[in-house]
Amino acid sequence: MTSTPYDRLIRGLAADLKPVRRLPSPVLRAFAWLAMVAALAAGLASFADLTAVWERIIAAPDMWLAVIGSTLTAVLAVIVAFELSLPDASRGWAVLPLPAVVLWIAASGFGCLRGWIVPQSHVAALGEARDCLIFIVALSVPLSALLLLMLRRAFPLYPGMTAAIGGLAVAAAAATLLNFFHPYDAAATDLAVHAGAVAIVVVANRALGGRVFGPLAYAPINVTEGEVAPN
Amino acid sequence: MTQGLQPNVIALRAGGRLLPSAFAFMRTRKTRVTDARMARAEPQNRSADDLRRSSQMAAAQAGDRATYEALLRDCVPLIRAFAARQGVPADHLDDVVQDVLLTIHRARQTYDPTRSFTAWLRIIAERRAIDLLRRFGRQRAREIHSPLAFESYADDTLRPAHNGDDAGRSNRVKKALTTLPERQREAIQVLVLEDRSLAEAAIATRRTKGALKVSLHRALKALRAKFAGKDLGKP
Repeated sequence: MTSTPYDRLIRGLAADLKPVRRLPSPVLRAFAWLAMVAALAAGLASFADLTAVWERIIAAPDMWLAVIGSTLTAVLAVIVAFELSLPDASRGWAVLPLPAVVLWIAASGFGCLRGWIVPQSHVAALGEARDCLIFIVALSVPLSALLLLMLRRAFPLYPGMTAAIGGLAVAAAAATLLNFFHPYDAAATDLAVHAGAVAIVVVANRALGGRVFGPLAYAPINVTEGEVAPN
Repeated sequence: MTQGLQPNVIALRAGGRLLPSAFAFMRTRKTRVTDARMARAEPQNRSADDLRRSSQMAAAQAGDRATYEALLRDCVPLIRAFAARQGVPADHLDDVVQDVLLTIHRARQTYDPTRSFTAWLRIIAERRAIDLLRRFGRQRAREIHSPLAFESYADDTLRPAHNGDDAGRSNRVKKALTTLPERQREAIQVLVLEDRSLAEAAIATRRTKGALKVSLHRALKALRAKFAGKDLGKP
């Protein structure tokens, strides 16, 4: 056999080979994560006053459109994140959640306008808005950890983009769950706080993703185990 | 005369095939469906080589080392060709090959044997080639390569006449090494003292080549600063 400069590496990789379980399809893995979120939602729902929540959401079209938007964003973004975690995935996937994001932002933005139309609606004070921020960010920590761990089983070649879209899914899911404990109307301050919380979660995931998917994060390959080719 | 036009009109209505490509969306549903199937139907179009590689990769996923080794060897010329087509210069093809082999190893659980292995490999090789070209471009913007300048100017700090006291000097170097941060010491250890190649060192330390280079550079700079003004040759 002819000796190539990669002999040692190839022999090392072969020596390191362990049987692996093939990953299920990205959509299936995305639904596994969504099932966890649904379980969490069911848990949170038991603490919430569901009839009040329901009445508040169906009160105006922008309210339920925003909920649909954030839910759809979470679902689409998590599917895209799992697709992108495959090394051969196309970057084009990244635009899939865009329509849902537009719906979410547009519907929430329309809520701000309603402050002038219905002046008597209760507008969140800054203190209450801060609670929203804390809720979204705090809920995002376990959801992000779970998602990054699941994504890590694949091997994304666009780690930053994969993590950022995963962050979007997490933030959208957290914002959806926030509706259980959000007894006020969307106002400009409130919306800005939500946008800030989503941005924090996405940026944090993006920053973390580089480390979680980077070369340091995976178990080392001991190439020297293979026989050393004579130089 | 009018009779002669008739078949043309009928043909257009029936199959839509006479429409120019710009009006492809007006084709009948049936043709569009077949087109879509053609584009995605990899299994029917796959070559014998590709099918063999797919089954080899499936065996590798199950843990068959000999087959895996043969597959990786088989991949090397393919990776070189894919990378060269992306415009990677010949002297950097080895780097791409190495990156891609490591990527195949790390990502082997993501490969689905019902899909083309060659296509999977091609996408990974192209991405790794683009990564390398970007890194290369950044590096070229910051550094200059000037072997002649390096050769033709003498290093004033070297005093070959005082080289006798080797033991004392290496002791001082060893002592200075212990004051370096962990990562820098590691870089000196694997790259200088063990004299390993950058690629091997990267694998052994689980760090990127770039990170190792930076650590080595910083370590050497720190050591130089430590010994600046002092003559290493004298006790």
